[in-house]
Amino acid sequence: MAAILPADDANRVDRSEPEPNAMKPPPPRRRVAPWADGLFAALSQGAAWLTLALMIGIIGSLIIGAAPALKAFGLGFLTSAEWDPVQEKFGGLVMIYGTLASSFIALIIAVPVSFGIAIFLTELSPSWLKRPLGIAVELLAAVPSIVYGMWGLLVFGPILATFVQQPLQAVFAGVPYIGALFSGPPVGIGILSAGIILAIMIIPFIASVMRDVFEVTPPMLKESAYGLGATTWEVVSRVVLPYTKTGVVGGIMLGLGRALGETMAVTFVIGNMNQLNSLSVFEAANSITSTLANEFAEAGEGLHQASLMYLGLVLFLITFVVLTISKLLLARLKKNEGARS
Amino acid sequence: MSTPLAARRLAMHNKRKRVNFVALALSLGAMAFGVFWLIWILFETIYLGIGGLSLATFTEMTPPPQAEGGGLANAIFGSFVMVGLATLVGTPIGILAGVYLAEYGQKTWLGSAVRFINDILLSAPSIVVGLFVYAVVVAKLKSFSGLAGALALALLVIPVVIRTTENMLSLVPNALREAAYALGTPKWKVILAITLKAARAGVITGILLALARVSGETAPLLFTALSNQFWTSDVSAPMASLPVTIFKFAMSPYENWQKLAWAGVFLITMGVLLLNILARVLFKNKH
Repeated sequence: MAAILPADDANRVDRSEPEPNAMKPPPPRRRVAPWADGLFAALSQGAAWLTLALMIGIIGSLIIGAAPALKAFGLGFLTSAEWDPVQEKFGGLVMIYGTLASSFIALIIAVPVSFGIAIFLTELSPSWLKRPLGIAVELLAAVPSIVYGMWGLLVFGPILATFVQQPLQAVFAGVPYIGALFSGPPVGIGILSAGIILAIMIIPFIASVMRDVFEVTPPMLKESAYGLGATTWEVVSRVVLPYTKTGVVGGIMLGLGRALGETMAVTFVIGNMNQLNSLSVFEAANSITSTLANEFAEAGEGLHQASLMYLGLVLFLITFVVLTISKLLLARLKKNEGARS
Repeated sequence: MSTPLAARRLAMHNKRKRVNFVALALSLGAMAFGVFWLIWILFETIYLGIGGLSLATFTEMTPPPQAEGGGLANAIFGSFVMVGLATLVGTPIGILAGVYLAEYGQKTWLGSAVRFINDILLSAPSIVVGLFVYAVVVAKLKSFSGLAGALALALLVIPVVIRTTENMLSLVPNALREAAYALGTPKWKVILAITLKAARAGVITGILLALARVSGETAPLLFTALSNQFWTSDVSAPMASLPVTIFKFAMSPYENWQKLAWAGVFLITMGVLLLNILARVLFKNKH
């Protein structure tokens, strides 16, 4: 140490030698627009507040808009299936059922398919194919929903009617209970068609979230399992899936949130019937979103409009809860990941 | 090792291999299933869309039912006006809020609250945004208007832009910020001239994606901008838009309307896909 110290000292002396212009007074501090900093901070904070205000505004305006219906029908609105604009009697059960049933069908189809796609993209696909396929899935997510809707109504519906509905009806015609599920006119529109179109729409969302969460699995874990002789399926089902399960459920909930709130794709194919004649999946029905799309612009002020607002409020609250769960689950996965790596 | 044990092991091994094979085959099938829909939908859109497309589509107004000719000129124009206005209004707000999240409020309660709310708004049903704008604008002014439609779309632009801006800004290395601060640069200048500039490609990508999203949105326009059979550049009057016109025409039984609807769907799909591809190319070149 002793040998170093003098050298250090010498350095210090060197540095403190006066530089040529050190004698002059320092140049005056030039500050352009000293108020700009505060203004910019205030502006960006204001924009952030605006987002909060937007959320509060949406909920507030829906509650105010729905107030007459809330007062007139209370919570009974949720369990009454009557929708009669002429007599001003409204109940949202049919629409709520339509929304939940079509989204449920969509999930039944979309979850396994998305899971398969995510496995394919993370474990199976040769690397040159990964990117193009990933892009294809994301483009499928970008196609506007009205395209799905129109395609569903004019192209897919008739095909579904001829090749799926009629055979199913023929097979289950005499069978009790199951037969009732497939009764009704096979015209290709109804809850089943809406569910299938929704499934096609949400597959890319769920698949890309699943792919992303599968990719956070530490390669070490997977390689250890492969090293022990596990097959690809065993690695996916016993290592990747347990590690990422919260994220997978979060992705599914995200897809569900999309399906519940989707308007155009559903409106085209669900049939827009405000009655629930049977539980058949071929029956034309209505969802919250399709009712709003069809009736709101024409609804007179008063109870009809307030009831539609009430439906909108119910929809918003359902999706709010679903999306919150999704976000919390995905955040939990991220936190775990941070703790382990 | 006794023979029965070896045989059992072999059987087990074969079974595991079979399960694996079936699972992977199903996964391949799922991928094919997904791509199959994409190709089918694109094919129908292009096939039927080009069939309905002609020069008149761009030059003539939306026709009455069962009339000869007619186009989508007013709807295309209306879409451009409303999407343009929505982007003009939504982008600065979205970027500013994204800047707040990434540069000012990473650890504040407001930051986490906005981040959470924004994620919800990002996937919230767009028709509810339409209801909101109806309640605060249309019901107050007692008139459907292009402006209300643009506002509804702007509210959908904002969450997308916030999200991408924040993500892109947080990718900018802190050393850049520190170097700028060390030179005595005030914070607003650091953000505008250094971090936002470094994240420019990503932010523009976000804007393009937001544009792509809102140009296909129908639901929030149904009871804000309504529709209009004629050409109008007056944003305080009801305004036609491509998606709403498609909706109206596709649900109708008239053949000429359905044909035009296919042409419109073709235009929208191609526009949205092009925007997406452009965004991807732009982003890839920069990173």
